[in-house]
Amino acid sequence: MFAYLVRRIIGGIVLLIVMSLVTFALFFASPVNPADFSCGKNCSPAQKKQTAAALGFDDNFFNQWADFGKGVFVGRDFPDDPKLRETAPETIAHCPAPCLGYSRERTANVTSLIKETLPVSVSLAILAFIIWIVGGVLFGVIAALRRGTIIDRGLVGISLVLYAFPTFFVGLLLYKFVAIKWGWVDIPRYETIADGGITGWASSLILPAITLAVFFMAAYVRMTRAYVIESLSEDYVRTARAKGLPARAVTFKHALRAALTPIVTMAGLDFAGLLGGAIITESVFNYPGLGKLAVQANRDYDLPTLVGLVLLLAAFVIIANIIVDVLYAVIDPRVRLS
Amino acid sequence: MSDTSTKHDAFLRVEDLRVHFPTADGVVKATDGLSFELARGKTLGIVGESGSGKSVSSSAILGLHRGTRAQVSGQILLEDVDLLQLSDEEMRRRRGLDVAMIFQDPLSAMHPYYTVGNQLVEAYRVHNNVSKKAARTRAIEMLERVGIPQPDRRVDDYPHQFSGGMRQRAMIAMGLINNPGLLIADEPTTALDVTVQAQILDLLQDLQREFNSAIIIITHDLGVVAEMADQVLVMYAGKAVEYGPTKELLVRPEMPYTWGLLSSVPDVTADTDSKLIPIPGNPPSLLNPPSGCAFHPRCPHKDKVPGRLCWTVQPELVPGRQGMGHLKRCHLPDPDQVYALEVLPEFDPELASELAQARIPDPAADAAAGPAAGPAAGTAAGTATPDTADERDAQ
Ligand SMILES: Nc1ncnc2c1ncn2[C@@H]1O[C@H](COP(=O)(O)OP(=O)(O)OP(=O)(O)O)[C@@H](O)[C@H]1O
Ligand code: SF4
Ligand SMILES: [Mg+2]
Repeated sequence: MFAYLVRRIIGGIVLLIVMSLVTFALFFASPVNPADFSCGKNCSPAQKKQTAAALGFDDNFFNQWADFGKGVFVGRDFPDDPKLRETAPETIAHCPAPCLGYSRERTANVTSLIKETLPVSVSLAILAFIIWIVGGVLFGVIAALRRGTIIDRGLVGISLVLYAFPTFFVGLLLYKFVAIKWGWVDIPRYETIADGGITGWASSLILPAITLAVFFMAAYVRMTRAYVIESLSEDYVRTARAKGLPARAVTFKHALRAALTPIVTMAGLDFAGLLGGAIITESVFNYPGLGKLAVQANRDYDLPTLVGLVLLLAAFVIIANIIVDVLYAVIDPRVRLS
Repeated sequence: MSDTSTKHDAFLRVEDLRVHFPTADGVVKATDGLSFELARGKTLGIVGESGSGKSVSSSAILGLHRGTRAQVSGQILLEDVDLLQLSDEEMRRRRGLDVAMIFQDPLSAMHPYYTVGNQLVEAYRVHNNVSKKAARTRAIEMLERVGIPQPDRRVDDYPHQFSGGMRQRAMIAMGLINNPGLLIADEPTTALDVTVQAQILDLLQDLQREFNSAIIIITHDLGVVAEMADQVLVMYAGKAVEYGPTKELLVRPEMPYTWGLLSSVPDVTADTDSKLIPIPGNPPSLLNPPSGCAFHPRCPHKDKVPGRLCWTVQPELVPGRQGMGHLKRCHLPDPDQVYALEVLPEFDPELASELAQARIPDPAADAAAGPAAGPAAGTAAGTATPDTADERDAQ
C-alpha cells in the first residue's frame, strides 16, 4: 500500500511536469505577445523589446520553462538582471518561491493573486460539495429504493429539469428573488471566517453554493439512483436476502456499500475541478475567486496568470486522483490486494 | 420415511406453484402450476433448459419474490406450514435458518467487500444470538467441515482470494451454517471445472447424510442428476413435463423433451459411442406459450399422436406406464416403443440393443403398443444400427 502510494505520487509529479510543458508550449505558441499589452497603443518596438526581456519572454522555450521551474522552487526576479540588481534594485520585482510568474497587467505575482482568490473558490467548492453530495446521494438512494413509485418519478423529473437549467440562470434567479426581492438573505458578498465567523462565512456563500450545487446535485441524483438500482440486482444482494438479513441490512450494508464506490470517485474528481474556480457562478455573484481571476486574465491576455491557474488546477485534479485511488483501495479489497 | 409415509407428511410439499411476472408485454408465466414433494434426507433434481423457470421456482420457496412485482400463488408447505401465507418478517426469519440457498456463481454471489468469515458470521448471527467471537469460531468450524485448508487463516480472506471451488465450498458452508432442513442448490457446479464439480457434489452428499437435510439441486446436467438425485423433475416452459424416481426416469424416460435432454448430454451412460444431439429450436416464449403441448414446435414425435392433439390440447401430468411414481406430460400412447426403437439407437446404439434384448420377454407391452408402433418402426429403420434392426425384424 505504501509502495503504491509512493508510486502514485511520483507518477503524479511526472504528470504535472508534462502538463507544465504542454501548457507552456500552448502559451508559447500563442499568436499574441504579452509584451504588446504592457505599454498601450503607442508602444515603440524598443519598449516592447525591453518589456519582453524584463519578463523573460525573449528567451527560447526551454529556457523559459526552466526559469519557470526555478521560480517555483527558489523564486525569481523580474527582470533577472544582476547588473540592474546593483544599480537600480527598485526596478526589480521579486517573486519569492513558489513563484508561478509575474503578472504585468496586475503588477502582482501570480502566486499572491492565487493566494487572494483561492480561499473564495475553496470555500464555495466545499459548501457546494456538501450540499450536492448530501442531497444528490440521499435523493438518489430514495429514488432507487422507491423505484417506479411517484416519489421516484418526481425526484428523477425534478433532477432532469434542474440539470437542464443553465447555471447562470439559476444563479440570477436566486440572486434576484431570494436576495433582492424577498430579502431572505443579505446581498451575497464574500466574507472570510476571520471577519464573519463560521455563520457569516457560510451565509455569505449560501446562494452561490446552492447555484453551483444544483447542477451537480441533479447529476448525482440520477447517477446514484442508477448505481443503487444496479447493485440491488447484484447476486450478492440476493445472497444477503437469502441469508435472512433484515431489509435494512441488505440495503445499507450490502447494496449501498458497493453502489457508493463509483460515486466517491466521481465526487473526488468533480470537487477537484471546482477548486479551480466556478467560473460562471463566481461571475454571476461577482465573487473574487479563481474563476473570476481566470476570466479577467483571459480577457487581458494575462498569460502568466493563466499558466499559473491551469497548472494549479492540473495539480488539484492529479492530487484528487491519487486520493480517490487510495480511497478506492480502502473501500474495495480487490484493489488493495492485487 | 417408510411405509407410513404418505403424501401429507412430506417435509416439503409444493402444490400448484405459480410465479407470474406482469410486464409491459403481458404476463410472463415463469412457473405455471408446479407440484412436487421432498422428504428429509432426500434430493430432488430439477432439470431443464435455460429459462424454463428453475431458478424462479426455487427462489419462490425462499420467498425471494416478496417485494417485487411477481405474483406468486399456490402452496409451499414446509413441515405443513405454508410459506406463502407467512408474513414478510416470519419468512425472513426462516430464510437461511430453515431453508438455505446456494447459487451458481460463487464469485458474484459473495460480497466482494467483506471477508468470507464476516459473511459467514453474518449469516450465523442473524439467526443466533451469539457473540461475534462465538460466531467466528462457528464460521471456522464450518469452513473446516467443507474442506477449506487452514480455515483459521483463510477465514479472513476476501472471496476473490479463494479459488472457484473454494468459494463454492464457502458458499455451502454459509448455506449450512444454521443447519437448515432444506438446501436449494441452484446450479452449484456449473461455474466449476469437472474435477472440482465432482468434489463439490461429493461434499454435498456427505453433508446431506450428516445433517439429514433435504436438497433441491437445480442443473442443466443430467449427469449431476444421475449422481445426486433421488427424484427428478424435468421442467419445460414453467411446467413439470416429467417427474419420477431418478433411476426409473433416466432408464425409461417417457417424454420427448426428456429424450432430447438425454441425447444432448454426453456422459449419462459414459459411453464412447454415444452421440450428442442437441434439441432443435429454441425454448418457447413464456409470454405466448405454444398452443397444446408447449414442446410441440420442437417435438419430432408430434405426428405420432392422432388427431393433432399436440397442437390443440395441453397434455396433463399423469402417471406413465411404469406406475404411479412416474408422471409425464405427453400425449404419446407408446413412449417406450418410440424411445427404444427410435430415440435410443440414435444417440446410444449399444444401450439400445441391450435394452431391446431385455425387452423381448415382455409381449404384453409390445402388443399394447402394436398398432402405433408400425409407422414409428418404419422411420427408425433408416437410422437404427443393424443389430437393433435385426432385433425388430425378429419380432
Ligand atoms: N423479474 C422478472 N420479470 C420478468 N421475467 C422474468 C423475471 N425473472 C425471470 N423471468 C423470466 O422467467 C424465466 C425463467 O427464468 P429462470 O431464471 O427461472 O430460468 P432458469 O430455468 O433458472 O434458467 P437458467 O438455467 O438459465 O438459470 C425466464 O424466461 C426469465 O426471462
Ligand atoms: S405431447 Fe406431443 S408434442 Fe408434446 S411431447 Fe408429447 S408427442 Fe411431443
Ligand atoms: Mg437459473
